[in-house]
Amino acid sequence: MANDKKKGLDTNGNIYTIVYAAVMVVIVAFLLAFISSALKPKQDANVENDTKGQILAALGFDRKAVDVQKTFAENVTDKVLNNGQLEDYDGPFLSSYGTALKNGDLHVFVAKTATGEDAYVLPVVGRGLWGGLWGYIALDATKTKVLGTYFYHESETAGLGARIGDRDFQEKFIGKPVCDAEGNVALTVVKDGAAKQDYEVNGVTGATLTSKGVGAMCTEGLAVYYLAGFAAQCEQPCQQTECDTTEVEQN
Amino acid sequence: MSKLFSSENKEIFLNPLNANNPIAVQVLGICSALAVTSQLEPAIVMGLSVTAITAFSNVIISLLRKTIPNRIRIIVQLVVVAALVTIVSQVLKAFAYDVSVQLSVYVGLIITNCILMGRLEAFAMQNGPWESFLDGVGNGLGYALILVIVGFVRELLGFGTLLGFQVVPQCLYDWGYQNNGMMTMPAMSLIIVGCVIWVHRSFNKEEQK
Repeated sequence: MANDKKKGLDTNGNIYTIVYAAVMVVIVAFLLAFISSALKPKQDANVENDTKGQILAALGFDRKAVDVQKTFAENVTDKVLNNGQLEDYDGPFLSSYGTALKNGDLHVFVAKTATGEDAYVLPVVGRGLWGGLWGYIALDATKTKVLGTYFYHESETAGLGARIGDRDFQEKFIGKPVCDAEGNVALTVVKDGAAKQDYEVNGVTGATLTSKGVGAMCTEGLAVYYLAGFAAQCEQPCQQTECDTTEVEQN
Repeated sequence: MSKLFSSENKEIFLNPLNANNPIAVQVLGICSALAVTSQLEPAIVMGLSVTAITAFSNVIISLLRKTIPNRIRIIVQLVVVAALVTIVSQVLKAFAYDVSVQLSVYVGLIITNCILMGRLEAFAMQNGPWESFLDGVGNGLGYALILVIVGFVRELLGFGTLLGFQVVPQCLYDWGYQNNGMMTMPAMSLIIVGCVIWVHRSFNKEEQK
């Protein structure tokens, strides 16, 4: 079609211009639609693989070195929190948890860490400077201490806010208590170098707003689970050590 | 073959690397140069992506140049660039997922990079596909070169690392050396780009007016 018009046509004419624009748009639209639908299954598989890799990263696995699908199947079970009880989840694996959390479907991954410890992984979502943030926080069996985290973002500035995706930053959370002395969920992020309390983590230099976003995501995201009856520890004031001893006595 | 690499074509390829550098001389694409250069790695990946896309959009526009109606030529160029960027981003998502995650929004931002439109309008509309390809690669690499210089300086002084590896030794920190937090701010890249242009001009006397 385009070839007919190549020679001997007034390329400045109205009709030619309109036909040219129409043909071009249709061709490009078909091309993009075709490519998008042809690549969709592969992209979805990548996204699912990536999400599972992120959960494994929070559990301390080296996601680049392990077979993600196999390790995930061996170590992680997808459960849903319902009236304070963990129930089996039998729907399809979700690649993002924003909508699920908004609808009140609180997913909990019952898992083993890379070192074989029992852990619970909780998905959280929040907002950074430019767009959404999400993360997975692995808590120990007593639900009071962080074993590992994984955070990522939609569109934070490369080299600044995007550094929340670096392992260096995520590893700063390891060993932090979830709650403060009053028994509130308190795990948060503060300006780099300003962390004084146990539950405060130093943020990323030059990315104050993204760091605050991560902090709010942790505090609010975890609070939702604790309010829904995921764990009772935070409701009563107690020191970490006291809590541990009562746990032992009960056992 | 000798015609493909004639001295004129060599000129087309080499000119944008130095004498007619897109950032230092044409002052195009400054916006993304400021945004992605706080570390070396995104700067390199961004430079390569822009190189690939300028090269191919230049070729496509050059092939179409005799059929494009003059009044809507900018729209046609934009459609070609946008389609190309979308295809690249889709292909990356399917076959190089890690790279696509790392580039995140910047792949989309390539559409708005003025170097693309600038080269399409100034070069590909008047020249054959092979010359346009060389021009695209040359301009992309010229752009990448400045990005790498700025990214190198900013990562070294701002974080004490290069490509994520610590290069400033711990003993310097022990003596009281500190990373310069200013370097991580976008404003500093404008100043560094300014310095690069200054150095560039003082070596290229003919540009001084």
